Amino acid sequence: MIAWTTAAPAVSAAFLGSLVEAVEALTIVLAVATVRGWRPAGLGALAGLGSLALIVLALGPLLGRVPLHVLQLVIGVLLLLFGMRWLRKAILRAGGLIPLHDEAFAFEAETAELHDQARRQVARLAWLAGLASFKAVLLEGLEVVFIVIAVGAGRGLLVPASLGALAACALVTAAAFAARRPLARVPENTLKFAVGVMLSAFGTFWTGEGLGVPWPGEDLAIIGFAALFLVVALAAVALVRRPAAEALP
Amino acid sequence: MTPLMNVLQELSGLFFDDGWLATAILGVVLLAATVAALAPGLPLAAGGVLLFGCLGALFRNVVATARR
Repeated sequence: MIAWTTAAPAVSAAFLGSLVEAVEALTIVLAVATVRGWRPAGLGALAGLGSLALIVLALGPLLGRVPLHVLQLVIGVLLLLFGMRWLRKAILRAGGLIPLHDEAFAFEAETAELHDQARRQVARLAWLAGLASFKAVLLEGLEVVFIVIAVGAGRGLLVPASLGALAACALVTAAAFAARRPLARVPENTLKFAVGVMLSAFGTFWTGEGLGVPWPGEDLAIIGFAALFLVVALAAVALVRRPAAEALP
Repeated sequence: MTPLMNVLQELSGLFFDDGWLATAILGVVLLAATVAALAPGLPLAAGGVLLFGCLGALFRNVVATARR
C-alpha cells in the first residue's frame, strides 16, 4: 500500500512538470500543423513518441539492476541540477530579469521559421517540419520521462508518477485540440516555480538518502525542504524584482 | 551542427544551463559526501551541509545574476 504522504508530492510534481513540458511540445507541433498541415506534424510527433517509448523500454529494466543507494544519489544530483535550474529561471522571470516564456511568441517564431524555410527549400519543407515536430516531442518528452523516473524510482512510485504525467499530457492535448491554438494562458512561470521547488526538494532528499543521511520525519522531510526552497526563492524574487516584473500569482 | 549534436547539446542544457550554479551544486554535494565520510557519527551534519548549501548556492546565484 502506497502512503498518500509519499505519493502525493511525487504525483503532483510529475503532473505539474509534465503539464509545462506538454504545453511547450504542443506549441511547436501546432505551429508545424499550421504551416504544413497535420500530416508532417502528426508523423513527427508520433515518431517522437515512438522514440521515447523505445528509450523507456530499453533503459527502464536497467533501473532495477542499479543498487538503491547509487540510484538515489545519481537521480538526486541530477534532480538538483535540473530542479534548481528551473527554479533559478523561474525566480529570474518572476523578478523581471529575463522575459517570461511566451507560448504565443514561441508559436509565432516557429511558424515564421517554417515559412522562411518554405521560401528557401520548398521540396524539403515537409521533412523539416516533421523533424521540428519530432524534436519538440522527443526533447520535451525526455524531460517528462526524467521527471517521472526522478520522483518515482526511489520509492517504487513509478506507476503513480507515470499516471500523473500521462494525465497532464492528455489534459494539455485535449485542451489544445479543443482550442486549436497554443495554450498561451497557462501560468507557465508559476508552474515552473512550483515544479522547481518540488524537484529541488526531491533532489535534496534523494541525494541525502544516497549519502546515508537519516532525514528526520523520513518522507515528510520533502515537504519541509519544499517549504524552505519556496521561502528562499520568494525572498530572492523580492530582492531582485524589477519594477515592471509580473507579480507571482 | 548536425541534428544529433543539436539534440545532445539541448539534453546537456537540461542540467547545465548556468555553469556557476551547476558547479556550486556539485561542490555542495561533494562537500556533503566528504562530511558524511569523515563524520559517520553525525549523519545529519552532511544533510545540513547539503540542504543549506543548495539553498545558499541558489540565493547567491540569483543575486549575482541580478547584479550583472
